[in-house]
Amino acid sequence: MELLAVENLRVYYQTLRGDVKAVDGVTFSMSPGEIMGLAGESGCGKSTLGRSLVLLKPPMKYVGGKVLLKGTPLPIWDKKTMASFRFSEVSLIPQYALSALNPTRKVKKLLTDILWSKGIKFSQIFPELRRRMELVELPLEVLNMYPFELSGGMKQRMVMVLSTLLNPSLLIADEVTSALDVSTQKAVARMLVEFRDRKFVGAIIVITHDISLLYQIADSIFVMYAGKLMERGSTEDLIQRPKHPYTQLLVASLPRIGARYAQEKLQGIPGCPPSLLEPPQGCRFRTRCPRTWEKCLEEPPLVTTKDGDLTWQVACWLAVDKHA
Amino acid sequence: MWRYLGRKFTIYVLTFFLAVTIDWVIPRFMPGNPVQTMLSRAALRAEAVEVMRGYYLKAFGLDVPIWQQYLNFWKAVFRGDLGISVYLFPKPVMKVIAEAIPYTLAILVPAILLSWLAGNKFGAFAARRKWLDSTLLPLGYFLTATPYMWLGILLAWGFGVALGWFPIAGGYSFAMTPHFSWKFVLDLLWHWFLPFASLFLVMFGGWAIGMRNMIIYELEADYAQYLESLGAPRRLIRNYAFHNALLPQITGLALQMGTIAAGAVVTETVFSYPGIGSLIVQAIQNQDYFLIQGCFLFIIIGVLLANFLVDIAYLIVDPRTRRGMLGET
Repeated sequence: MELLAVENLRVYYQTLRGDVKAVDGVTFSMSPGEIMGLAGESGCGKSTLGRSLVLLKPPMKYVGGKVLLKGTPLPIWDKKTMASFRFSEVSLIPQYALSALNPTRKVKKLLTDILWSKGIKFSQIFPELRRRMELVELPLEVLNMYPFELSGGMKQRMVMVLSTLLNPSLLIADEVTSALDVSTQKAVARMLVEFRDRKFVGAIIVITHDISLLYQIADSIFVMYAGKLMERGSTEDLIQRPKHPYTQLLVASLPRIGARYAQEKLQGIPGCPPSLLEPPQGCRFRTRCPRTWEKCLEEPPLVTTKDGDLTWQVACWLAVDKHA
Repeated sequence: MWRYLGRKFTIYVLTFFLAVTIDWVIPRFMPGNPVQTMLSRAALRAEAVEVMRGYYLKAFGLDVPIWQQYLNFWKAVFRGDLGISVYLFPKPVMKVIAEAIPYTLAILVPAILLSWLAGNKFGAFAARRKWLDSTLLPLGYFLTATPYMWLGILLAWGFGVALGWFPIAGGYSFAMTPHFSWKFVLDLLWHWFLPFASLFLVMFGGWAIGMRNMIIYELEADYAQYLESLGAPRRLIRNYAFHNALLPQITGLALQMGTIAAGAVVTETVFSYPGIGSLIVQAIQNQDYFLIQGCFLFIIIGVLLANFLVDIAYLIVDPRTRRGMLGET
């Protein structure tokens, strides 16, 4: 059975000039134990999608769609009811992990307070906490320290341990590596895989714009553009044989180690993403797409092909023709 | 930590020295001199005036060179001798101040502490609560922008003159002599209420507004967002936010101390309350060097002492300051 099923989810931002359609009809599913990379440019709605599954609050606005977690609907539109799902069922490692801990409370006190609000005693969970802190190489003294006494890497690991302490079914890792140096990035990435392997978490959505990171840890990649799904497939296929022109350009624009700018010009995608206030009709990428044609003025269908366990989804008219 | 306290203490000693020096210099810049005022009050004949002038100048120590006067002043301060009041001659300044100080402390200390506590509590409570917030905000800004004496006059007129609930002047009824009895204590409280209330209300508005803004800022902070995404109850998040928002408010309290002393002067004047504030006004009007010096000396000591207490309080409540001090020294 699918662990997570998201159907036609729409989450807009309310602004004075109108609704910014940050997540506009997104459909996907995840199987248990899957690490899904959610990639895209800044402002494409990937963080909004991730965050809306945990904490949907103004200016975010739930517009429509369904979210099923292990077959039961997740009431993401209801802030209050969602509170009981947070932490225990869906959890978040925030983008700002380095400032996520209250600076004036000792880590232990913070943990005690949060756990208490979930009806769990600190002593009850301490053995497991100790095991996990050992796993991520955090000394136990950290518990008796204030967050400002920890290094960036330590804070990041502490937040990771805390966020996953109650074994949530779904973990959203929002740009967890962006503020870290390369070696720490690698350690954090490995930890995410480790947590999944040890079944601390049911499945992980890794939100990032770092495709090379995803190539290392993700089972599948979800490429978003201007609030819409562009392509979704297994990591290997998506990187090696991207079908959507956007994914192709995105992968092609990755800098390769060894290549020097002087010899080989770094590829980019010309143009910039459309305004999500009034997104263009039809395919949202058509204004920048090198292979655009008349058909692109109509909303592209989501072409789904099944290859064994793997589902490949592409939202492009080019893909339709190939399968027709 | 001792090094931290030692450093703070040195700063306070230096500040004290400078402030007291200024306190000594300023009255002497005033045109005229106190002896002249006394003599003109006595309305004596010309030859008697000269004799009296010599006598008074000697009595007040004003016959020696100015630098000598300054040194003598410091020597006397350390002996606890603040000189003799010109205006209330021959009462010693120390005694005059000792009589006035309980009145000033009685309105200042409760007004400062209670307004700080109540303002912070109320501001924190009102933040992000639609109805309260939209009523508190204008009211708070109105109160905090109100000059102390204007609110004092309004209260005196409203509750004193129009409604007649409270007396409008004095520390106790003129018909009574100070003694210890319930009747007298109640009378004191009755006279105390309006001056206290006018200081309290103005400060209350300031603290409530400050706290409200700080809480909103803290609730937007990353740690609050993280707690929320972990499903922590609103109460826990607000608790954390309140604690963190309190830190700048403590600093604010230290900064406010000086202005509050000024507030006391005008408030006491409005209500003819027999505290240090009224005394200062009297002393200035009568060019009473020694009384001015004495009153300001007490204000200086009060402000510095309060600041020192705030420093220590900060050390207790903010682990960052505490660890910083303990860790590096």
